[in-house]
Amino acid sequence: MSSFKIFEVAGSGMSAQSVRLNTTASNLANADSVSGDPNQVYKAKHPLFEAVRAGLGANAATSAVSVKGIVENQAPPAARYEPGNPLADANGYVYTPNVNTVEEMVDMISASRSYQNNVEVMNTAKEMMLATLRLGQ
Amino acid sequence: MPVNLDTYLGVHAAALKVRSQRTEVLAANLANADTPNYQARDIDFKSALAAASGGKTGGVHLSTTSAGHIGAATVNGTPTADLKYRVPLAPSLDGNTVDTQLEQAAFAENAVRYQATLTFLSAKFRGLLTAITGQ
Repeated sequence: MSSFKIFEVAGSGMSAQSVRLNTTASNLANADSVSGDPNQVYKAKHPLFEAVRAGLGANAATSAVSVKGIVENQAPPAARYEPGNPLADANGYVYTPNVNTVEEMVDMISASRSYQNNVEVMNTAKEMMLATLRLGQ
Repeated sequence: MPVNLDTYLGVHAAALKVRSQRTEVLAANLANADTPNYQARDIDFKSALAAASGGKTGGVHLSTTSAGHIGAATVNGTPTADLKYRVPLAPSLDGNTVDTQLEQAAFAENAVRYQATLTFLSAKFRGLLTAITGQ
């Protein structure tokens, strides 16, 4: 039955959103991971979403979501003068990750809502299919 | 007198099919709510139902002569002509035209109408059953 495609599409949406939630968790957890080397410091990670055709031929128009890749934010890290920090470089500076915590929190809420949306779609599709199976009883 | 089940069920069998296709399209819209450059789509129910219930066949079809060919964009038999792009209410920076609230409303509406069609079909079958058993 064609409606099984819905599970694939909503499932791909859920897995994409959970990847996004994972990167957000990683970014927030490492928001204060300072380093003495600006090239070694943690960089904020964000997933790239892409629409892919859910199937060939008859179902070509419905698109599932796939994570194309995860990109690192290339903005330069902020330097902080902390000569007492054992990680500080020769000039007394430590480098903090380019993670914007407010942005990450917003991203987290958005990802969580989108995930819930996909769960609802899946539930509704399941109810509809079960109702169809009960047809005529 | 033989009963033709297709004519007995009327428009509801075709309507159920189009409703399930629309569910699929709306599910894809909701899944791609955060995908850059994704364009929301929807089925023109009236013309899709007219095409599905034996009227004219809408749109032009590509003939596929090899198993590897990708057919012209159709959703299980719905021709491209009935599959429209949604006009966004407000532009977005990433080129995505999915309005989550609007899609949710459309999805809920479609689910209820699907249930309604199921109820109609159920009543038809019950009527047939009563006629068969004669009680």
